[in-house]
Amino acid sequence: MNAPIRELSYAQAIQEALAQAMEADPRVFLMGEDIGVYGGAFQVTGDLVHRFGADRVMDTPIAELGAAGVAVGAALAGCRPVFEFQFSDFSALALEQIVNQAAKIRFMLGGKVSVPLVMRFPAGSGTGAAAQHSQSLEAWLAHVPGLKVVQPSTPYDAKGLLIAAIEDPDPVMIFEHKLLYKIKGEVPAEPYRVPIGKAAIRRAGTSISIVATSIMVHRSLEAAEILAREGIDAEVIDLRTLRPLDRPTIIESVKKTGRLACVYEGVRTLGIGAEISALVAESEAFDYLDAPILRLGGAEAPIPYNPVLEKAAVPQTEDIVARVRDLLTNRI
Amino acid sequence: MNHPVAALRDAEVSNLRPFYKRFQAAELKQALRRMYLIRRFEEGAEDAYTRGLIHGTMHLSIGQEASAVGACMDLRKSDYITSTHRGHGHCIAKGAEPKLMFAEFFGKEEGYCRGRGGSMHIADVESGNLGANGIVAGGIPIAVGAALAIKKQQRDDVAVCFFGDGASNEGAFHEALNMAAIWTLPVIFVCENNKYGMSVSTERSMAVENVADRAASYRMPGAIVDGNRIEDVSEAVMEATTRARSGKGPTLIECKTYRIRGHSKSDRNRYRTKEEIEAWQAKDPIRHFETELVTRRILDESDVTTIRAEAEQEIADGIEFARNGTDPVATEVTRDVYTIDPMADPTT
Repeated sequence: MNAPIRELSYAQAIQEALAQAMEADPRVFLMGEDIGVYGGAFQVTGDLVHRFGADRVMDTPIAELGAAGVAVGAALAGCRPVFEFQFSDFSALALEQIVNQAAKIRFMLGGKVSVPLVMRFPAGSGTGAAAQHSQSLEAWLAHVPGLKVVQPSTPYDAKGLLIAAIEDPDPVMIFEHKLLYKIKGEVPAEPYRVPIGKAAIRRAGTSISIVATSIMVHRSLEAAEILAREGIDAEVIDLRTLRPLDRPTIIESVKKTGRLACVYEGVRTLGIGAEISALVAESEAFDYLDAPILRLGGAEAPIPYNPVLEKAAVPQTEDIVARVRDLLTNRI
Repeated sequence: MNHPVAALRDAEVSNLRPFYKRFQAAELKQALRRMYLIRRFEEGAEDAYTRGLIHGTMHLSIGQEASAVGACMDLRKSDYITSTHRGHGHCIAKGAEPKLMFAEFFGKEEGYCRGRGGSMHIADVESGNLGANGIVAGGIPIAVGAALAIKKQQRDDVAVCFFGDGASNEGAFHEALNMAAIWTLPVIFVCENNKYGMSVSTERSMAVENVADRAASYRMPGAIVDGNRIEDVSEAVMEATTRARSGKGPTLIECKTYRIRGHSKSDRNRYRTKEEIEAWQAKDPIRHFETELVTRRILDESDVTTIRAEAEQEIADGIEFARNGTDPVATEVTRDVYTIDPMADPTT
């Protein structure tokens, strides 16, 4: 007899991971703006402050740079801080501590220390919050050696990658899509880990490899179902980790399908799609390509407020269907 | 080991200032020795740079030895410091070995950072030094974070945060002091105000006269001391560490001092006068301490000569050690970027 499937939302899955990590390890604590009694801007920390107390679910002043530095210092001195940016956009205020300090301290000190720091970044558009609350900046940080950058797309991965990140000795940046917080999915009750650096094939296919991140995994899967009715059998890869990239999974898939589309919400130019395209072009998969590489990314514009424009600024399911169909029918 | 007060009569003992009550003769000698080591280390580094033995740049703290050594005299090994781009003195003051620092300057594997950090990132984590920092004010929030860890771990250690007058104009300074105060953290902010943020004077860059004036905004004590007098610095830090160790929170101490050399190797001293530099040279912190110790009969002239000679020898040996060090191999350029190599298969 099968046990009933246990479903949690993406936000609940993150909260469960945070709670289990704090239960398992007294060094773990949370820092962020309004993560205490308020429960976090997206209710991710919820009631954790009542379970673990204000010392372990610490509200910080609105001081992203300083608070990020405090997290770095605490990590250096034996704690395991998990830092929440209220919106990923606000991390721009803290880049000094992330890029110059957290990412480099181990290296600069000749490997004498580690910085076991996790930072969570609620990211992405679709909430009508306009240009300073909607960006997808993950490629910025994925450019920095010393950091690891992950982007879970499912509740299962949100929990498993977060636990893996908290146990990782190095700084791990987790980009969570705000529109995903409410989606539900199967999440085992016990703690588990999803390995950092491993992509997941969400749909096997033979016609094209769609390498997608975060919410674009869901849109790509929807597009794949529509395309399937037209005889196009897309393989959808959920990248899950931007740094380090899972090169073998991407290369093997493209060798099988002979076509590549990269779908991501960050600005299209100089983004993750460029890196995936280049790694395929540099690999043995290049000889297997039967069509030009396709990149679908965010528009070359800040995220607009108007809902029609906001939708137009990032790839939608119908965009993926149309562009992949064009590629497969040589109408590009 | 003679206590310095042993030579004095009882009446004089009660008049002794806290610095001379707190430290034994051996500790005072050690402090003077470290000040010499800092001075000779930097002169040796400067000389090695001029002779083309080491590359890059460096920021010398010659003239600021009293604030570095004075602030660290009362610290334990388990106390932390964070340092600055002008951090050689802090490193030696907290107990680092000059030969391993020279090895770092020479880019050798034997160096504190295996030659990966150089002058601006020098750190001896073993002695509680969390590192120099190439970013002005970069270490200030980090020190507050280390103090937060101390509090969480229920230790009675402290974090001493060195920074300059220039850093006090950065947002990170203000954010960090505010958090240290609201969370009552055991951190001591030691500002070495050497009058210039590179070329811009404090008069031109600060609306208030003193960095210590800024403490009031964060409801913490703000003390001003003569940064060239080790006993003044040390006493202020002792008071602050006592306060911090007993859970009463942070203190800001401003040490008024002066860097005799330029900002870095590119400095042409266009923003200050020769007279100003000479006036500060007359207030040399090493000469002051030496005179104090001799006047107080804690040392005699021959002790001073011996300490100087030993420091000279240690520096000469350190440079020789560094020159004979091991160069890193080019294939190890990505070593220590991560604790666990992420390119290795994560499933294995």
